[in-house]
Amino acid sequence: MAKITYIEHDGTDHVIDVKPGLTVMEGAVKNNVPGIDADCGGACACATCHVYVDDAWISKTGEKSAMEESMLDFAENVEPNSRLSCQIKVSDALDGLVVRLPESQH
Amino acid sequence: MALSEAGTGDLNARVVIVGAGHAGGSAAAFLRQYGHVGPIVLIGEEPLLPYQRPPLSKAWLKGEADADSLQLKPSSWYEEAGVSLRLGGVVVSINRGAKTVSLASGETLPYDYLILATGARARALPIPGADLSGVLSLRTAADAEALKAALGPGKRLAVIGGGYVGLEAAASARALGGHVMIIEREPRVLARVACETLSTFFQDYHGARGVAFELDAGVAGFEGENGHVTGVRFTDGRVVACDVALVGVGAIPNEELARDAGLECANGVVVDIEARTADPFVFAIGDLTHRPLPIYGRQFRLESVPNALEQAKQAASAIAGKAMPPHEIPWFWSDQYDLKLQIAGLPFDADRQVVRGDVAAAKFAVFHLKGDLVQAVEAVNAPPEFMAGKQLIAKRTPVSIEKLADPTISMKEVAA
Repeated sequence: MAKITYIEHDGTDHVIDVKPGLTVMEGAVKNNVPGIDADCGGACACATCHVYVDDAWISKTGEKSAMEESMLDFAENVEPNSRLSCQIKVSDALDGLVVRLPESQH
Repeated sequence: MALSEAGTGDLNARVVIVGAGHAGGSAAAFLRQYGHVGPIVLIGEEPLLPYQRPPLSKAWLKGEADADSLQLKPSSWYEEAGVSLRLGGVVVSINRGAKTVSLASGETLPYDYLILATGARARALPIPGADLSGVLSLRTAADAEALKAALGPGKRLAVIGGGYVGLEAAASARALGGHVMIIEREPRVLARVACETLSTFFQDYHGARGVAFELDAGVAGFEGENGHVTGVRFTDGRVVACDVALVGVGAIPNEELARDAGLECANGVVVDIEARTADPFVFAIGDLTHRPLPIYGRQFRLESVPNALEQAKQAASAIAGKAMPPHEIPWFWSDQYDLKLQIAGLPFDADRQVVRGDVAAAKFAVFHLKGDLVQAVEAVNAPPEFMAGKQLIAKRTPVSIEKLADPTISMKEVAA
């Protein structure tokens, strides 16, 4: 299990044990963390699972695909550490990961 | 509770949700997210926890997703969240006066608020042989299980209906090494749901990957042997052999329960912009509903996950006394082979189309405009066009047709 901390825009945090193999998005949705909608269920089609990856973890969460990059390009409030959480696969190496949620996914 | 208090928010109210699909399951989850503490009962006819249906014709059919990954939430969540499940439960009637629902089991459940989320069912073909084994539809996990078991190398799949379900299943069947024929009544696939450019593109793409087509074709019946389908018989007498047939000719809303309870139905249960029926204590959400689309000045029935989620949020917000979420632009997606189709909006009242990008390179978008306002966009492997198009539809700001048609000008600039 990898311990992942999801911090809502208002500061509320949720510390969740996520099974390796799931995505960071699935870890949130299956535990009803508010603020990650994931309309498309992980098909990289909607950009409603946008998160900010804590700086210390950016290199460990991997590269963005061209598809993810172009979806994020048009999302609201995008920052250099923005990711679509459906595109980050959880592994033991991400034990301790911290992600912050934007104010809105829409 | 007095009638006048409806909608002011009562976090202790008893909520009964009929239908445990994507809409119903999400409504329960949003209620808890919004601080609702009252009892929630979630009743579903299928014996399964709420799950995602879109992968059934795609990743799941190809064996790339398991049952657990399809679940919206694990079973432990419902227990922890205090959501009482009645799986395999069939609601037979609603008594709006007494505010109760009755189950086939004889049980009667009281509610303060009722959320109807009974979805839609696959339209059946009223033709001879439709009841043979191997004549399938694709709506539920059980349907998908039956279809998956019948697909594989060399297996012949006949798809009746060239809509999204049919095309997605065809792509999956080809990926599994089977033979596929798509049979469509109209002269083109996706005739009711996409423009001609898209229809032609998808037909060519499937054709180049070995899918055979019979367009403008009437199906008279299914041939069978020992109770199992062996072929499709056309109205002109020809018979095409198959091992399995998938009927994907649309869906009809499961509105009988609502209609019997005196709620207005018009190809779906009629609801307002907060997903509420004319009864302030009864909401309806998802594929079931005939809902307002403010941008287009119409009521319409949508079949999509984003629609189910949007209305689940509306109903949960109204019950929990939370501000309504912002209105969303309807959108849809489909994955076939290496194609990602994303559609935003609906082409109501559109009077022109602008194609941007390269159709032959499978990277393009078709914009549907009413004057210089974008009404809808259909984007193939073109996320910027989809994302910017969706924003343009919402903003209702005029665009320059010349810029839109010029792929050397970025969508950022077009949408600016």
